[in-house]
Amino acid sequence: MNRRFGKTDFIVLAVVFAVLVFAVIFTAFKRKQGEFVVISLDGEVYREVPLEKDQEIEIKKEGITINVLDIREGKADMRKASCPDKLCVRQKPVSKSGESIVCLPNKVVVEVKGEAKGDFDSIAR
Amino acid sequence: MKRNVAYLGMYLALALICSYVESLIPFYFGIPGVKLGLTNIVVVLLLYTLGAKEAFLVSVVRIILAGFLFGNPFSILYSLSGGALSFLAMYVLKRTEKLKVVTVSVAGGVMHNTGQLIMAALVVENYHILYYIPVLLTAGFITGFFIGILSQEIILRIGNRI
Ligand SMILES: [Zn+2]
Repeated sequence: MNRRFGKTDFIVLAVVFAVLVFAVIFTAFKRKQGEFVVISLDGEVYREVPLEKDQEIEIKKEGITINVLDIREGKADMRKASCPDKLCVRQKPVSKSGESIVCLPNKVVVEVKGEAKGDFDSIAR
Repeated sequence: MKRNVAYLGMYLALALICSYVESLIPFYFGIPGVKLGLTNIVVVLLLYTLGAKEAFLVSVVRIILAGFLFGNPFSILYSLSGGALSFLAMYVLKRTEKLKVVTVSVAGGVMHNTGQLIMAALVVENYHILYYIPVLLTAGFITGFFIGILSQEIILRIGNRI
């Protein structure tokens, strides 16, 4: 016990872990179905799109489509991308307020914002 | 030092294997390219056996090589900031001599993900992705904890022979 785990270690680890778990639970409870997505390009807002309506959004840079975002059943999903890694396409769809999809090479950020009111949540499911 | 060169090579190879395994594990928390931090085991072992300079050297060389082999320029950038912050935290904590390997490793894991997240926020010029802080730091804690236990056993058993 002594060589592996001291009293200080136990206290430090327990406190830090408790704080982290609390933060995770807290943010998990705060997660609500979002109302719209904010698409930013190069750090600037490109477009805001409601999650309510199913549609396909082409994100263009200098006239060329670099990413295609699909909005369906209250969720936003990166359908296509011109980036080499395609990590944004592989990411799960986002729908909860605060969640985001990032395409680093293209510098595209899709972020869910707002909170859907009333029965929209049931429509989304 | 001559003897150390062979050891450093071995550690570097081990670190690259860890990087490869890591690149196969899907770990998406809204930020592409962020890694779990498995390679920290090599840094922890080096820090406790050969020394801080060696740990830092292997860490940097590993990041650059792994970036070219299994990653992209962004993963190098992430790994560098994660690796630097993690190394600094572990180095400072180890020097206080008040904490055991497990705790030092946990600090490394948590700071590794903090560094990656800060770099990601800078790259995309969007600070909202800091929303993932709790999840990422908890992941770093858990990874660091298991790496710490494993390193501790290795150091206690064969540490004096390395
Ligand atoms: Zn992408």
